[in-house]
Amino acid sequence: MRKAAMQSIYRLAQRDPRVVFIGSDLGAGTLDEMRETIPERWIMEGVSEANVIGMAAGLAMEGFVPYVNTIATFLTRRCYEQIAIDLCLHNLPVRLIATGGGGVYAPLGPTHMAVEDLAIMRALPNMTVVAPVDPFEMERAMDASLEAPGPMYLRIAKGGEAVVTGDAEFALGKAVRLRAGRDVAFVGTGVMSARALAAAELLAADGIDAAVLHVHTLKPLDVAALEEAVRGKKLVVSVEEHTRVGGLGSAVAEVLAERGAGVPLLRLGLADRFSRDYGNQDHVLSVAGLQPVDLRERVRERLLVGAGV
Amino acid sequence: MLTTPPPRIRLDERSRALRELIVDALVGGKRGHVGSALSLVEILRVLYDDVLRVRPKEPKWPHRDRAILSKGHGCLALYAILADRGFFSREELVRQGRAGALLGGHPEIHIPGVEASTGALGHGLPIGVGLALAARMQRRSHRVFVVTGDGELDEGSNWEAALAASKHRLENLVAIVDYNKLQSYGSVDDVLPLEPLAEKWRAFGFAVRECDGHDVGALRANLCDVPFERGKPSVLLAHTVKGAGIPICEHDPVWHHKASFDAAAGETLRRSLAEDSG
Repeated sequence: MRKAAMQSIYRLAQRDPRVVFIGSDLGAGTLDEMRETIPERWIMEGVSEANVIGMAAGLAMEGFVPYVNTIATFLTRRCYEQIAIDLCLHNLPVRLIATGGGGVYAPLGPTHMAVEDLAIMRALPNMTVVAPVDPFEMERAMDASLEAPGPMYLRIAKGGEAVVTGDAEFALGKAVRLRAGRDVAFVGTGVMSARALAAAELLAADGIDAAVLHVHTLKPLDVAALEEAVRGKKLVVSVEEHTRVGGLGSAVAEVLAERGAGVPLLRLGLADRFSRDYGNQDHVLSVAGLQPVDLRERVRERLLVGAGV
Repeated sequence: MLTTPPPRIRLDERSRALRELIVDALVGGKRGHVGSALSLVEILRVLYDDVLRVRPKEPKWPHRDRAILSKGHGCLALYAILADRGFFSREELVRQGRAGALLGGHPEIHIPGVEASTGALGHGLPIGVGLALAARMQRRSHRVFVVTGDGELDEGSNWEAALAASKHRLENLVAIVDYNKLQSYGSVDDVLPLEPLAEKWRAFGFAVRECDGHDVGALRANLCDVPFERGKPSVLLAHTVKGAGIPICEHDPVWHHKASFDAAAGETLRRSLAEDSG
């Protein structure tokens, strides 16, 4: 997915002279082809995120569409005030392309794990927050980003993700129904939507029919699709590779509570604590109980409790 | 800390008139940053009178020079000169900070003539770097001026921006430091010393000049002569006095901000201003 995102920047830059790439001390060789063919719009800055965001704002004020890329934690935590004021208050079309959302950098420890990025980006007015599930969708999200008004945060997952969106149409702010189902509705974002889909298939063997709604755009949230997805269900399950504070589960809870949806919600995500573990992304998801087998088990437990068994 | 009394600041008629407008705004809005605005008056006056290519009736004129007041809390001085130059009406000044007013306690982009919303410190220079870089990429000849405070330079983002401005050889970028030696709590020397400030900027790759920030002629001579050096961003350290021109406010950090400013306080300031000019 990372490759798809980075190549998309080059592709967009080739077709639109407003597109500028800004990295902050990224790995050697990053977008070399763009550097060679469009050097004037390929900018590599130092480890200076506050300045990079302000600079991107200045470029956007003059009509450019800057795509800023670095590791998700540094792109969100370090320069939050610059994002809030320079980008969101001025409502400028700067794209924050965040590498390594969630547990991707688990081996590097909690300084590199972007597990609250969606929450803090979602809290900012004018910000669009997108977490694609696979490389195909990332490309389509990048295409859509070009003309979108205002700032946008795009969370990149690890890479090598299976394609689950296929030919589904992509529109910012429009959730994608990956699977229809009668009993349970999974609502996922980012790569967790693929795991929810796998869990739904496991549950089918248990005779439990689960729908999967993929919310690639966390903000603005597709409330209509969400209401439609939860209607008549026994249980709604939100799944995210993110702290359970303030992300997708919170967004879903807000809608269900405010609309009086009257359907129980199981919010699955990472615990509200800093990681003390290492291992790869799959290990992190296993520990958090977010793998398909875990999701299946949690749904079975809840449905059995709900049935009074 | 200042060890010798500074020379008395002599104001000409225009500098006094702009300060009268600031007092009007303080009385009308019943609050505001006083000292922080007064130290800026000559810097902004020279910028808007003599340096910036701007059109008050066409504030978004594409070829305008871009100017950002990064120390946004000094906005009453900016509002005074913008009103005086006709970017908006003088009546707006006395409504500042009220419900429904055009003008608030920090400059924002909905105000004609304001290029960037500031107030949180350390944002102007990075934005200025982007604006200056954009101008060069688009082969446009306008310049970018960013006015910062001295206390504001505590924010590391300024120094990140300084590194970038130097790397990109942004000779179309000019920083002006309102160096009044006082920040909110007390003297810059006590809170977080900046000296040797000129050497710091020089080390970061800027062409540096210094002048008396209340000497209109000196400001004009320097700011009409940018870039100070080809291929480098410029910085002017404008040595100013917090509260300048209203003797009872000068050098006194208690005048940094007043949250309840009444007509009597306005009269006190007007008398002090008149005393100075007399």
